[in-house]
Amino acid sequence: MLSIKNLHVTVDGKEIIRGLNLEVKAGEVHAIMGPNGSGKSTLAHVLAGRDGYEVTSGEVSYEGENLLEHSADERACSGVFLAFQYPVEIPGVNNTYFLKAALNAVRRHRGEPELDAMDFLSLVKERLKVLHMDESLLQRAVNVGFSGGEKKRNEIFQMAIMEPKLAILDETDSGLDIDALKDVADGVNALRGDDRAIIIVTHYQRLLNYIVPDQVHVLDSGRIVKSGNHELALQLEEQGYLWVRQETASA
Amino acid sequence: MSDVSPSVRHYVDQFERVAGSLPGSDLPWLRARRESAIERFSELGFPTRRNEAWKYTRLAPIEKRAFVPAAATSEVSSAEVERFYLSETDCHHLVFVDGHYSAPLSSPGELPAGVLIEDLSGALERTPELLAEIFADGDSENRHAFSALNSAFMHDGALVKLPKDGVVSYPIHLIFVATGKQDDFVTNPRVVIHADRGSRAAIVESYVSLNDAVYFNNMRTDVTVGASACIEHYKLQRESRKAFHISELRVHQAAASAFHSHSFSFGGALVRNDIRVGLDAEDATCTLNGLFLADGRQHVDYHTYIDHRQPRCVSQELYKGILSGRARGVFNGAVYVHPGAIKTDAHQSNNNLLLSRDAEIDTKPQLEIYADDVKCSHGATIGQLDENMLFYLRSRGIQEQSARGLLVYGFARDIIDRIEVNAIRNRLAESLLRWLPHADQVRKIVQ
Ligand SMILES: Nc1ncnc2c1ncn2[C@@H]1O[C@H](COP(=O)(O)OP(=O)(O)O)[C@@H](O)[C@H]1O
Ligand SMILES: [Mg+2]
Repeated sequence: MLSIKNLHVTVDGKEIIRGLNLEVKAGEVHAIMGPNGSGKSTLAHVLAGRDGYEVTSGEVSYEGENLLEHSADERACSGVFLAFQYPVEIPGVNNTYFLKAALNAVRRHRGEPELDAMDFLSLVKERLKVLHMDESLLQRAVNVGFSGGEKKRNEIFQMAIMEPKLAILDETDSGLDIDALKDVADGVNALRGDDRAIIIVTHYQRLLNYIVPDQVHVLDSGRIVKSGNHELALQLEEQGYLWVRQETASA
Repeated sequence: MSDVSPSVRHYVDQFERVAGSLPGSDLPWLRARRESAIERFSELGFPTRRNEAWKYTRLAPIEKRAFVPAAATSEVSSAEVERFYLSETDCHHLVFVDGHYSAPLSSPGELPAGVLIEDLSGALERTPELLAEIFADGDSENRHAFSALNSAFMHDGALVKLPKDGVVSYPIHLIFVATGKQDDFVTNPRVVIHADRGSRAAIVESYVSLNDAVYFNNMRTDVTVGASACIEHYKLQRESRKAFHISELRVHQAAASAFHSHSFSFGGALVRNDIRVGLDAEDATCTLNGLFLADGRQHVDYHTYIDHRQPRCVSQELYKGILSGRARGVFNGAVYVHPGAIKTDAHQSNNNLLLSRDAEIDTKPQLEIYADDVKCSHGATIGQLDENMLFYLRSRGIQEQSARGLLVYGFARDIIDRIEVNAIRNRLAESLLRWLPHADQVRKIVQ
């Protein structure tokens, strides 16, 4: 589904991603872990199509197409979803029509009819319930006045509405209490399927107890320096990243 | 008066020509007021940019035209005016055509006992003593040339008088229509709002044009808010792109009164609005909200002055500006806290969005605080559309143009959403949608 080959990315003249390779197949869940500043969010943003990142070499193909050719909104329509590490507050833009515009953009792209107000509302209410979120959220402006936890839930709620093929969760678990963490995990697990893939960027392995990954990767200084299974996540949490560095340095 | 400039001379000559035919010209007190006002005008002359309060606003375009007081001859059909009504609510309507009251187009409707909503020229004929009393009570100082000009020439406008505890439930809608059927005309309307103790009303001033006529609207509104009274004031300026609009809104508030101003400036070639609020007694509250949209070569200037004279008054001010093309904006927010005005609570912000490289804004807070134990804050921002917000919207499948339009809409909507009256909120949202870049895409999303 997603194939990244020898990716190099520069931001403001500084190389942040330095020769990254990653293969994600449909149906898989991958976890990416790594120290602060190793380039995890940069990778997530590059995949989602944010401007201002210069891909100096390498390839990214998504469902057999060159992903880098497409704008952020085209990628979203073709099923790429980023749950932001820092969701953005947008004053004056109402959650309901924002969500409806997002969903209908995706549906149009898939050749499905747009949902009318009634069908949209019943879909939204059903998904809100799964995530234990209050309906009053719909009347508010996008993320404005939301607590940290509410913002993270809102990301997963948007994901549940848009039903992406490739979901990238950038530290969605940071700062969540245990109930919120379970809700997020439920939201993600509900999305799992043979034709979808999920990339979870995290510092902690606790979310991985609820969403068991097929592969765990360690990102350091813009490269994947080690890959393994769920065991690796447990080991990282116990021992930190230093041993991985020492291991790669001596290898 | 031999040393005055030709542009000042022009208005003095016009005054001599029309003074005898202005409403109330047979009233000695009014004649004396008009004469002292025209004298004051010729002393002051038009402000130049050396005057700090007019530093960023060049008045030459107004001075170089020989505007002539509008005659009351223009015929307008009710269909032409009805489209400016607030359709979703009943209103008490007064309609002014090129500054002159039109009885056939107006429908003041039924009013609670003691409430007066009248045309000024008619009231001067019917109840001159009442007007003498109201004008004697008011703030008669002519602070700059334009308010002096208005005091000299004022020919019509509205009188809204609310008795003690009088409540008007529907908005009072004053519609000022410019027909463009006369060339280069000037109007000097005056609105006087007198709200006695405990009264409440919402008053809407709409300024609209039937076409893209060149004219000069020099208006003034005087508001007295009695103890515990509550006045909502809306000014919706949606005039011709070639109109000149200068206005002054003066408010004096008594104890525990509330005054909420919502000022919208969408049209006009050159627009200057001065808003002065005197919190003259303790525990008074005022809100000043405003939104200006300008593109092309439009110039919009807002100067606000809030005078905290007594303890425990609250002022909340939020202005937003959106400028594109080569438009120019000015915001100057003065707050003066007098000695003894303890526990003053004054907050001001002005946020501006520049949508093009050539648009410009000068924004300046001006706080002078001479009392202890006060809470005062101010902030001003100038920026482009936020890239993080833009990416967020696009990452949810919303195309770039729609996303940009939606962000501009949201920025402005924040002010419009503060309006209490649904019908006004919807009307302005519609005006905003028509103005927006990529309006069709945005409309599709938000409606
Ligand atoms: N816009 C930017 N301009 C310059 N440097 C940036 C920018 N964004 C991120 N960086 C730098 O890139 C590196 C990787 O950041 P990031 O991808 O956010 O790391 P992570 O998510 O792994 O903590 C850091 O050194 C950070 O300072
Ligand atoms: Mg990060």
